[in-house]
Parts: sequence; structure tokens; C-alpha cells
Amino acid sequence: MVDIHPAVKKLQEAFPALTLDVKIFREEVTITVPRKEILEICRFLHADPDLQYQFLTDLCGLDFFPEHPRFEVVYLLTSLKTNHRLRLKAKVEEGESVSSVESVWKAANWLEREVYDLFGIPFEKHPDLRRILLWDGFEGYPLRKDFPVEGPDFDKPFVPEV
Amino acid sequence: MAETRFMTINMGPQHPATHGVLRLVLELDGEVIVKATPHIGHLHRGVEKLAESKTYHQVIPLTDRLDYTNAMGNNLAYVLAVEKLLGIEVPKRAQCLRVMMAELQRIAAHLIWLGTHALDIGAMTLLFYNFREREDILRIFEEVAGGRLTPTYLRIGGVSKDLPDGIAEKIRSFVDAFPARMKEYETLLTKNVIWLQRTKDVGIISREDAINWGVTGPTLRGSGVKWDVRKAVPYSGYETFDFDIPTGSIGDVYDRYTVRLREMEWSNSIVKQALDRLPKGPVLASDPHVVLPAKEDVQKDIAALIRQFKIASEGFRPPRGEVYASVESAKGELGFYIVSDGSNHPFRVRIRPPSFLNLSALPKMVEGRLIADVISIIGSIDIVLGEIDR
Repeated sequence: MVDIHPAVKKLQEAFPALTLDVKIFREEVTITVPRKEILEICRFLHADPDLQYQFLTDLCGLDFFPEHPRFEVVYLLTSLKTNHRLRLKAKVEEGESVSSVESVWKAANWLEREVYDLFGIPFEKHPDLRRILLWDGFEGYPLRKDFPVEGPDFDKPFVPEV
Repeated sequence: MAETRFMTINMGPQHPATHGVLRLVLELDGEVIVKATPHIGHLHRGVEKLAESKTYHQVIPLTDRLDYTNAMGNNLAYVLAVEKLLGIEVPKRAQCLRVMMAELQRIAAHLIWLGTHALDIGAMTLLFYNFREREDILRIFEEVAGGRLTPTYLRIGGVSKDLPDGIAEKIRSFVDAFPARMKEYETLLTKNVIWLQRTKDVGIISREDAINWGVTGPTLRGSGVKWDVRKAVPYSGYETFDFDIPTGSIGDVYDRYTVRLREMEWSNSIVKQALDRLPKGPVLASDPHVVLPAKEDVQKDIAALIRQFKIASEGFRPPRGEVYASVESAKGELGFYIVSDGSNHPFRVRIRPPSFLNLSALPKMVEGRLIADVISIIGSIDIVLGEIDR
């Protein structure tokens, strides 16, 4: 029997009303949390003196088209105190938005911009939500599963507007 | 009349000191930077999207082309993630070879950084010395793997082939000669007055800020945070090697410079340790569903031929699940987050690029400094746009 991850225990104590869906695969802990609570949970994990998830290692999106809810936003946190890693997930339906965690970790600034750029998931209260890798005016979100890998217009000549 | 106090200038993407195709929009008050906005994406090739339509083996060459100065480290991060997903054990000899190659690659990557960083600031001589030593390393890679810049040496389950005859002596002679070379570099820079004036107290990022901005690698350690993936979450047998993590104190350009120099010395020492202890045995795991059979077997044995055909054309099907594995690349924590849906293609390959997050902290470092400092600060965070833009 695997020991309960300290973060799971702490989270359950701090948010008794929440139902946390905890999965463990290859010793990696993944907690799926409600979309609306993500900012509060992140703030808690970052500030708690026993956990100290001070490091937002990664933030990315997943597209489960054609399932519903379609997207997941994945947060990978690292504790500098214990070197534990913790993965948080929030399910997002198309057209819904997620609270930005930029106020907790500045690292989220560019990472959230990238998720917005490639998946089209908007982040609320993000200070500078623009496309980052693709240019303004690009149509579509390439990492969505319904976006063809060769591009939507690969057989049409590219004529830039002058 | 409207007051136009600030001037906006554009730096890059063809500027030689932006190390690739980085574009910065600088808002200036005289010569002081008020606001810096990086624009990236000029080198975006959609590697993450592309990987979703490949088999697991076919993704390895794509990883070489992320941070093209650190191909071995990129290979390593990816294969570690796939091996974790599959749950396969890598033979000891292969692990040791991986460490040896990754550390040689770290030296090569840091040599490029040192040469170009010094060149940006005006110390032109160093580049030639650095590329001389880097050439030795690339020649070693060429003999070992067949490729220089993009060796694609690592395989899922081990490495592509064992060391050729005579290469161990060449690696040893490099390792023995390198400390004296390091002294040459240091005489040119470490106490050079111009160098000190251009790097001391420039581009300071505090410990708290560096952590909050997700900065990793030598840039983080320059700010005095003793955190290295090789020690924090050891992989590929790093826990058995004897090395230290050099750190800086205030997090200026000079601290990041000294951290990388000390890191090269430790990498050299790790290569030496790996050479001394290199265990005997196979270099590939014996998992017939994942690992390609040896070429001799394919030519003699029909079962091996069928296996070769199946693995090369269809690949293999790992269990459903998601894993994250990361390595300390030359730039910082390079991670691969792989989600498998049980098919022969990865459902999602997410690359956690260290340079991307290190660059995102650049405005924090340059604001309030002079334009000339931007050059030395960009050099000191050691970005590679191939990895940032993916």
C-alpha cells in the first residue's frame, strides 16, 4: 500500500468540501481538482510551510477531443524543501476559462500564454494574454487534436498580405 | 506638444548577440531600459505536435534538434521518460555511458556558451580556444555515435552501440588535458578588468525571484540556490558519482559565469569517474518488444528479422498512463511529460524547456540597466532558441 502523499492529506484538511481524484502511476501523484478552485489550491500549496511547492516546473494543456470536458490543464509543481513533485489537473470544457496562477508563480506567465496560444484555453486575470510562439492573426490552435499535423492550408500557396 | 520621453527600439531577430532568432523590443529612457518585451517563436517547428504522429522510437531524432548544443542531454531526457512509462531497466554499462556522454556534451555546450558570451562582450580570442576543445568532443561523438551535432546516440533501453576500440584512450586524453585548458580560459577572463566591469553587479536576479520565475540550471544556481536535478531527483546513476553543485552568491552575470566554469570542471571529473568504473555488460536492455534486435541477428535469424520489421514499422504499445522525467541539461531542467493512451504513438509529448523559462525572467534582469548590459545578460542566461520555440 502506497503511503498517502503529504500534499493530498494537507489538501484534504484545508479543503474538506472538495473531492480530490488522486491517481498514482509509476510513483507519480496526480490530483484532479475542480477548475474553479485551482488558484486557491495553488496558493495553498505554494504557501504551506510543510509543503513549499515554490517551483512551478511546468504548465501545459491536454486535448481529449471528442470527449467532454475536452481539455485538461496540467500543473507540475516541485517542492524545493522535499524535492517532491506533484501534478495537478483541472478539466476544462471548450469555451471555459481557468484562473491564472501568475499571481502565485511568475513562471506561469509565459507557460499560460503558450497554452492559450496552442490550445486556445483562456486564462482569467492573466496580465498579458497574447500568443507567444505563433504570430498574432494565426487562425486555429495547433495542439488541438482536430488540427491537422500538416496544417489546415498545406496544399494552398501562401501569399502574404502586403 | 506631446512629450515623447521614451524611445522604442527593436533588437533582433537578426542581431548577432541574441544567439539565434530572439527579438527584443526595448523601451528606453536615454540609454536606460524601462521595459523589455521578448518576442519568440521564429524557430517554431511544432515538435510537440509532430511527435504525436510518430512512434516512440521516431521521436528521438527530433529531440536532438531542440537545444542543438546539448543533443545527448535531450536524448537522455526523452528516453528516460519513455523507459519510466514502460518500466524497463537499463543495463549498468549503458547508464554509465549515458552519464559520460551527457557530461561531455555539457562541457561542449558550456564551451559554446563561454566562447559566444565572451565574444559578445568583446573578448574575441576565447572563442577560438573554446571551439578547439569542442571539436575534440565532437570528434569523440562522431566516432561513438556517427553524428557530431545531432548524434541520436541514445535508444529506448540503452544506447545505440558500444564504444568503438581505442575511443576510451581518446576520451581519457581529453579529460586529462582539459583542466589545463580551463586555466587558459580563466587567465583571459576571470580577473580581466574589462570583463569584471561588464559582468559584476549586472543583471542581478535574487534567489526568491529566480525561484518564482521558474528559472533553473546555472542561472538559478548563480543566485545561490543549490538545486540541481542530478542531485535533487537523481537519474541514470548520478547518485553514485562524486560531484558538487557550484553556486554563486548574488546572482549577477559574473556569478553565472563562475558557476558554469566550475560546472565544467565537475563534468570533467564525472567523465573521468565514468571512464574509471565503466562496467562490462550489454548496452541495451533485453526487452524484445521494445528494443531492436542486433544487426547480426537480423541477418541470420528470421524471428529477429520479423521483430526488427515490427518494431521499426509499428513501434510498441506502452501502458496507458502519464510520466514526467527530467534531466539537468546544460541550460537547466529539461523535462519530458509523456501521456500514453496505449497506442503506438504518444498521445502527448510535452517538453519542459529550461531556456524558455529562463528567458521569461530576462525583462526582470534587464529593466533599469543600460542597453550594453542586455548583451551580457542574454549571454549569461545561455539561451538556445531551438529549444525555446520548439
